[in-house]
Amino acid sequence: MIAAALTPDSFLERLPVLARDTVTGLLPESWCWLAGSLLEIIAILAGFGLLFAYLTLAERKILGRIQNRPGPNRTGWFGLLQPFADGVKALTKEDVVPAGADRVLHFLAPVVLVAVSLLGFAVLPFGRHLVAVELDTAVLYFFAAGTATELAVFMAGWASHNKYSLLAAMRALAQLISYELPLLLSVVPVVLVAGTLSTTKIVAAQGGWSLGFVPHWHVFTPWGAAGFGLFMVAALAESNRSPFDLPEAESELIAGHLTEYSGFKYALFFMAEYFGMCALSGMAVTLFLGGWGAPSALLEWIPSYAWFTAKLLVLLLGFIWIRATLPRLRLDQLMKFAWKFLVPLTLLNLANAAGWSLTAGWTGPLQLVRWAVALSLVAVPFVVLGRTLSAGSAPRTYRFA
Amino acid sequence: MTFTFLILAVIILGSALAAALRPNLIHCALLLVVSWLGVAGFYLWAGAEFVAFAQVLVYVGALSMVVLFAVLLTRQSRAELRVDAPETRRAVWAVIAGVAVSGVIGAAVFATKWDPAPVTAPEVTVRGIGLELMGAHAAALLLLGVLLTAALLGAVVLAAPDRPEKEEKS
Repeated sequence: MIAAALTPDSFLERLPVLARDTVTGLLPESWCWLAGSLLEIIAILAGFGLLFAYLTLAERKILGRIQNRPGPNRTGWFGLLQPFADGVKALTKEDVVPAGADRVLHFLAPVVLVAVSLLGFAVLPFGRHLVAVELDTAVLYFFAAGTATELAVFMAGWASHNKYSLLAAMRALAQLISYELPLLLSVVPVVLVAGTLSTTKIVAAQGGWSLGFVPHWHVFTPWGAAGFGLFMVAALAESNRSPFDLPEAESELIAGHLTEYSGFKYALFFMAEYFGMCALSGMAVTLFLGGWGAPSALLEWIPSYAWFTAKLLVLLLGFIWIRATLPRLRLDQLMKFAWKFLVPLTLLNLANAAGWSLTAGWTGPLQLVRWAVALSLVAVPFVVLGRTLSAGSAPRTYRFA
Repeated sequence: MTFTFLILAVIILGSALAAALRPNLIHCALLLVVSWLGVAGFYLWAGAEFVAFAQVLVYVGALSMVVLFAVLLTRQSRAELRVDAPETRRAVWAVIAGVAVSGVIGAAVFATKWDPAPVTAPEVTVRGIGLELMGAHAAALLLLGVLLTAALLGAVVLAAPDRPEKEEKS
């Protein structure tokens, strides 16, 4: 029994696939493909819908704890029913459209945003046998699907006929287009080293362990660690999360591009933001953290989807923690940070990864040289660039704090 | 298969036509995006996944932003976003330019000798695409790079202030 449970292809591992096949088995042969795809779509929608609901609750609870207050605790046990109360509230609120608004675009913006933010989930491998669509160019597909969110944010801001919304839309455009570059450039090293754009093959390339407990995840190489950090910073900016939430900076722009939205449309924007965050975190897990792989050979009996979920949750909690910790950037700081700091570092990291894959055959003392060179290529530019850019402005003196 | 192609053609041409005829510039830009998406769909239909997703990434993701930025930064108010019906002179020139461009492209298409496609689809890998780009088409790639760099430098020259601003105290 234990031996059977220890094999990578245990019953628990195949459970989701078996469940799907049982349902599709009831249907005639020609319907199998359609029913299977529909089931996968429903599973992704239900899974990430629930995750979204409880992520909002977790965020409010954790932010509350960090700010020394209890957070929502009146609805159900420990506030566990709060997301559903919020849902009912959003559904029953009046849907207000401003008189001067572009009605079609005003309606289309949240719909397009949610639709495109869901597309990315199709190519994420959630487990050993769990990937909705196997594409040879999955990574490219993922980022292509994500680009349309910028358009939707612009549509929302422009269609509202409100100067705050329009300002927010311009900010969002400038921010998203600036951070798209480091986001994509930090992914290129992974594609370079793994030699493929397929997400399942990238995960497979990170399989195996050295000495039985050090996994071959990309994050444990110098270029991978740097790439992971750069990717997460760019992902934070791409999903409009604090400290990069300038488009909806409530102290200056009311609610930014959401100012003229109410009721369920407003809720859809939030849903899209969390979906985007989940998808980008899932991509980070796939590219750098070994996807569904277990951190040690001894822990392989735990099903792969559990590992994926655990890693995803850790990253999402990181997002929330950062939101509670860092203040918002100013627009010029945001631009400077992207173009003068992130882009050069990602380009250097690309060269670093190229060198790493060229020296893959080095052994013995040469291995030490390889690590030293790669590490210094990460650390030295980081320190030098950071020092140069912050010269004159740091350390700060706080006179009124 | 032909039916899908017809739907794609209607989407591409219809949205492009609507983009040319709508009076509101923002609507035109967004309709153009629909047209580009249709072109990406056509590439998918033709089995060129890589080109299709690259098309979406570059056109829908980046180029549309540039178009929208250009529209918003050059107009003072919403009233100016309306485009008046074209004068005869402008319309005539537009038709002449359009015919000339399609003449050049059409001539290039008809002058090329098309080899019939191989029966089995070739195995496309990232490595293969990379080698093809850096080997056989390196000259075109370099020329494009130089062109884009020149455009970027031009933009910097246009946008940069004439004299250096004072160091900002932060």
